[in-house]
Amino acid sequence: MIRCRGVEKSFSGKKVLSGIDMDIPEGKIFGLLGPSGAGKTTLIRIITGQLGYDAGSVNIFDREARELTRDDNKKIGIMMDDFGVYERFSCRDNLKVFADIYGTPYGKIDETLELVGLGDAAKKSASDLSKGMRARLQLARVFMHSPEILFLDEPTSGLDPRSQKAIHRIILDKKKEGRTIFLTTHNMEEAHALCDTVALLNEGHIVDTGAPDELCRKYDHKKTISIHLRSGESIELACGAESAERIGELMKSGSVETIHSSEPNLETVFLELTGKKLEEDDK
Amino acid sequence: MKNILTIIKKQIKDTLKNKPVLIQFIMFPAMTLIMENAIKLKDMPDLFFTKLFAVMYIGMAPLTASASIISEEKEKNTLRVLMMAGVRPWEYLTGVAAYIWILCMAGAGIMAVGLDAKDVPFFMLVMGVGFIISILIGAFVGIFAKNQMVSTSLMMPVMMILSFSPMLAMFNDKIEKAARFVYTQQLRQTVDHMSFDGIGNSGALILAVNAAAALVLFFIAFKKKGLE
Repeated sequence: MIRCRGVEKSFSGKKVLSGIDMDIPEGKIFGLLGPSGAGKTTLIRIITGQLGYDAGSVNIFDREARELTRDDNKKIGIMMDDFGVYERFSCRDNLKVFADIYGTPYGKIDETLELVGLGDAAKKSASDLSKGMRARLQLARVFMHSPEILFLDEPTSGLDPRSQKAIHRIILDKKKEGRTIFLTTHNMEEAHALCDTVALLNEGHIVDTGAPDELCRKYDHKKTISIHLRSGESIELACGAESAERIGELMKSGSVETIHSSEPNLETVFLELTGKKLEEDDK
Repeated sequence: MKNILTIIKKQIKDTLKNKPVLIQFIMFPAMTLIMENAIKLKDMPDLFFTKLFAVMYIGMAPLTASASIISEEKEKNTLRVLMMAGVRPWEYLTGVAAYIWILCMAGAGIMAVGLDAKDVPFFMLVMGVGFIISILIGAFVGIFAKNQMVSTSLMMPVMMILSFSPMLAMFNDKIEKAARFVYTQQLRQTVDHMSFDGIGNSGALILAVNAAAALVLFFIAFKKKGLE
């Protein structure tokens, strides 16, 4: 559905994207992970035709991103971090503007507000919404015309865990409906929970790509099992046949409190590949 | 056409909630009605306040409305959302301009209630032309400015010159000599005489040059900065 080959982009002589290759199949959630300034938003803007690129090719709906038509744009829904809402309008009136543009029946407005959990806030002015509610209103706007591809740029950035969870549920529901979702985030838990495939973007380069679990297994160099015993002692055993007997004994004796394998999480993988933390800009 | 109507509809709804813009539209028509009925002085020309406020209305309301609407949408990034939804820049600008022009013409209609019926079409024509030039200048400022604060800073001196120079020109010959090169002063003279004879060929040329300059400035700003 989306295919990028060798995409390059520079601003004022500074290269911000270099040799970007990716394929995003239909009906999947693709996560682009990287710290702030890695080039995530620039890539979304390129794929959605908002921004040109210097080299390579970007195909979406089998068409060059530069040549997207108005009808193609209607098949795309974009929620960018910095996209605003009409502050003086109620939630319902905000969506009415886009219902008029897309030719969507007004009946879909309340349905969409219910979907994102803003049913009770339909008449509330956008200026009175909390950050989480505002993010959900932006999501509702994206869903108004039932786009085939959703681009969600840091959709849960700065939100409380409850709002994050609500948005995750909506995203997964959309995937079940068959939508293709392109998600950028620097939250590795979010990426792990939602994405079928992730690409790790650092300083304009994709350093690795794959399913989250695959990537974590791929960079599991320690291959150990950590066991915390009821006695308070912690032991680390090699993850192999040689440890099976010892682990079995500990389990049988009931002395195991917790047991974990040592594969890294996406944050650790990213740190290993780039020497940087995904969320370092937030700290 | 559908998108232009959507923008007009959105703006009309917003006007009722956007008090600073709403005041711009109703202030001069309301003041005209009040002053024409409340103040009657000996030797005061007929319809003095109508003619004075009409020109101030041209120089203020469309200019501030177009600049502030465009710069606010740019600053809040709602304009980019509209563009991504398939609204083309020219559709957006036409919608905003049409909305401002329609509301200003409604205001001009209220100001015209004291005029002789035979003068109303000419008065509305002059006002309509003046509004178009002011909308273009306001759009130029709105497109050029990065945000609302810059837009207000750029707009204030322009607005002061356009709306107040015709009034000050009545009291000071030197100001009058400078003000005659501004379209609002030419429009004031036109409204004073209720005929284009009031400005002559040189006045018509000044009006045309002002209109062309506003158009050129608008296109330069649009070509250079677009609506991003």
